[in-house]
Amino acid sequence: MAKHTFKLNGKRVHVEAPDNVRLLWVLRDLLGVTGPKYGCGLDVCKACTSHINGKAFNPCSVPVGQLDPEDEVTTIEGLPETVGKDLHPMQEAWLEHDVPQCGYCQPGQIMAAVAKVREAHDAGREITDADLDEIRNICRCGTYFRLREAIKTGAQHM
Amino acid sequence: MTSMPELSRRRFLTYVIAGPTVIAAARWADASPGLPGGTAMQPIPSAPGAADEYDLNDLLTDSTRSTANMITVTVNKDGTASFALPRVETGQGITTSSAMLIAEELGIPVSKVHVTLADARPELMMNQFTAGSNTTISTYQPIRMAAAAAKQQMLLAAAQELGVDAADLASENGVVRAPDGRTMTYGDLAEKAAATETRQIEVELAPTSTFKVIGKPHNRVDARDAVTGRKKFTMDHDIPGALPTMVCRPPTIKGTVKRVNNISHVRAMPGVTHVGVISTGVAVRAKTFGQCIDAIRALKVTWNPGTADHESDKTLIPQLKAAERPFGDVADVNGNIIDESFTFWWKSNSALEPNTAIADVRKDKATIWSSLQSPIYAQKQVADLLGFQTSQVTVHVLPGGGAFGRRMFNDVVLEATEASKQFGVPVKLMWHRTDEFRAGRVHPPAISHVRAAYSGGSVVSFEQRHTGVATDWTMGFGEPITSMMATTPPNGQGDAGYSQTVWNLTINVPYDFGEVDHAINEIKTYDVFHTGSVRNLYSADAAVARELVVDKLAKAMGHDPYAFRSTFLKDDQSRGVLHAAAKAARWGRHMPAGTAQGIAFHKEYHGVIAAVAEIDCRPHTVHRHIRQAVTGPRVTKLVIAVDVGLPINPRGLEAQMMGGAMDAIGQILTESLHLHNGNFLEGSWDDYYYTREWNVPKEIKVIVMPPSSDTPGGAGEFGVAVTKSAVACALARATAKTPREFPINHDDPLPFDPFPTVPPIPQSPRDGLQHTY
Repeated sequence: MAKHTFKLNGKRVHVEAPDNVRLLWVLRDLLGVTGPKYGCGLDVCKACTSHINGKAFNPCSVPVGQLDPEDEVTTIEGLPETVGKDLHPMQEAWLEHDVPQCGYCQPGQIMAAVAKVREAHDAGREITDADLDEIRNICRCGTYFRLREAIKTGAQHM
Repeated sequence: MTSMPELSRRRFLTYVIAGPTVIAAARWADASPGLPGGTAMQPIPSAPGAADEYDLNDLLTDSTRSTANMITVTVNKDGTASFALPRVETGQGITTSSAMLIAEELGIPVSKVHVTLADARPELMMNQFTAGSNTTISTYQPIRMAAAAAKQQMLLAAAQELGVDAADLASENGVVRAPDGRTMTYGDLAEKAAATETRQIEVELAPTSTFKVIGKPHNRVDARDAVTGRKKFTMDHDIPGALPTMVCRPPTIKGTVKRVNNISHVRAMPGVTHVGVISTGVAVRAKTFGQCIDAIRALKVTWNPGTADHESDKTLIPQLKAAERPFGDVADVNGNIIDESFTFWWKSNSALEPNTAIADVRKDKATIWSSLQSPIYAQKQVADLLGFQTSQVTVHVLPGGGAFGRRMFNDVVLEATEASKQFGVPVKLMWHRTDEFRAGRVHPPAISHVRAAYSGGSVVSFEQRHTGVATDWTMGFGEPITSMMATTPPNGQGDAGYSQTVWNLTINVPYDFGEVDHAINEIKTYDVFHTGSVRNLYSADAAVARELVVDKLAKAMGHDPYAFRSTFLKDDQSRGVLHAAAKAARWGRHMPAGTAQGIAFHKEYHGVIAAVAEIDCRPHTVHRHIRQAVTGPRVTKLVIAVDVGLPINPRGLEAQMMGGAMDAIGQILTESLHLHNGNFLEGSWDDYYYTREWNVPKEIKVIVMPPSSDTPGGAGEFGVAVTKSAVACALARATAKTPREFPINHDDPLPFDPFPTVPPIPQSPRDGLQHTY
């Protein structure tokens, strides 16, 4: 069985798995990192959204064999550390707006929101309603309206 | 020892339970009261319908009464309080609202109250069933009584310790203070107040006028866990040996395995530990879920037919039409008639967390972990399956990633039980997303036919005939006895079924429309399709038909939809929410061509609700392009005014209204399953067009009306029917065309290529790194 290594939430990890096992299952089933959720395994619901080298991606759709040893994977568990705080400003905004209901999609929503805001800021602009319309993450509880409000608040502190 | 001060409040009998610290239990008290009971427009009073006198929530609440005393609140040595709630938290906010009730009575911060979910407790009978938006209605009083009893015991213990009269003690924030300034904390008192034997005591509840916590917005108690990824769902629990397990399912609904042709090949695949046939398909256990998916796709199975292989959407419509019950003769008057028929299509009630259960079946016991709305029934079903006594089965209830009615059914638990028994090892059994759409529970389609007669300024009659495919009510009230009743013929076949009962206890016509008559009929039996309750049951469709006809009546009689409703609604409480919503939405404001407002009203769950929706049907909105999405008309603004009697947590209530509204928008505009030759075509969230960000209104306002009662109504489902109705009415006004099929896009060419049914689940993509952002 193939051995893989990459950086996960700031630490180097080693794991054995066939190359084609999707990273989501490596994270959840083999490494016990359960923040990224399974919602479809089809790169559609986005509940597993995490970051690779600072960009949002969906580990359900990446075979672990495609990772390089220097790739840095950040899940919701590692997000606060990227800003050196207990909570990332986007998480604080989530609490301020009391966004979650069941909470299942929220780790993915937060990771998507952070990437979306970074994308806008990198382009030298603020996040817009059109940007928010592009977010594909499903929230079956229907927290969408509060998600939008929280992203705007979080963006002001990023 | 001393007596408590004489007050003119009602006193309640409770219990103190023998234990190491203060444990107090509630006993159910009196019945909670139900709701208290123009121009040329001349409403003719309608006789109250069945649901006006006694509704489903009264029935659900009454069913909990005999066992409501079996819930306990414990005060711990650190001054915190603990409560194991006999319901399931799936996002509706009941752990937060329950903590608020306890905090109110004990006089401690909400943060010091720990609410967990109780394991299945069969002695609770019908009192561990999470459904019908009934949790707060049925537990409001018992939870407070248990907390009040605990507080009273601590005050009595403090009186003894401090040598003063209990009536002279003051308590605040978990600290009891004597007149001379000496204090003791709840933590100091928890053990001292412990009862050595269980006995009955009388308590008083804090009067509504003194509430400090109830009625004030409170954030969710589990929000921090949710945003940090620490909140654990069934799938996240690491039970030793419970490896990932999935099921290879039949190509048509309720098909069964005839033969597995390559079982040894699949057993030898990487990571696979077990493969075996169970009732619903072929179970596969492997080191990772990814390897389960690979194995399922590799299985070669010969299948027996299912229960509906020859049925499709188009074959059902004539059957539904043929089964419609005739209207009565109440409309045979000299009036004008409005006669309209509306079709509502299949709705999936899949939550985002798929069905998941962990089962560890041993020789003489079984342990289950899952998020369950009916855990007592699950325990009984598992025991029956294994030939065990229920006492040999432990069912741990875990928080769920949504429920919407889906977790009333325990199919995933039974599959996990079968697999664990057969494999001789624990399993963590999860449904694939495609399983959820194709083999999951659905709200069946229905045709709702309304005939109304009006004459002069009066509506003289209003009749509704609702005809659907049978709904499965076999979860009963979450325990074995009522579930047996639901399997007894002729369920769903007209006269006697459970469906008839549920219909009569939920459906009402809240207007003075003279003679009112409504009835349901259903085709098939409950077990042909995997049906079930979806948020808001029949009302979610029936109310839309009603409100669209109300708009038609208003127009035909020459009145504004708002003014018409205001005149014909039966009481001022109803008018209150209508006026509040209309005012906040600036009802009647000028709207550009192709856009419009719609208004609607609904009464259920011991409350009243009104909504105003604004919709944009202009071409540049309808045709905006988003990859693999249905865009179409967009609801641009939504105002909801809700009166639930006594709101416990207005913030949670707002969230529930918004969530219901998101269901509503999808169900009117975009979201349905398509049945084709015995299976559904949808297989992912990019096929089943539940509301996404690009469908969300940019403006939503929820008005929580001030308390109108001293008891709370239900919230979880209340936002659905009214928002659906308001959106449908707005659509009709914006396009000058009454929509008659929901969702409105159901008959459009399919905007997606259906996944094959063999293999039953698609493979995960490999190109994720090409779509980073």
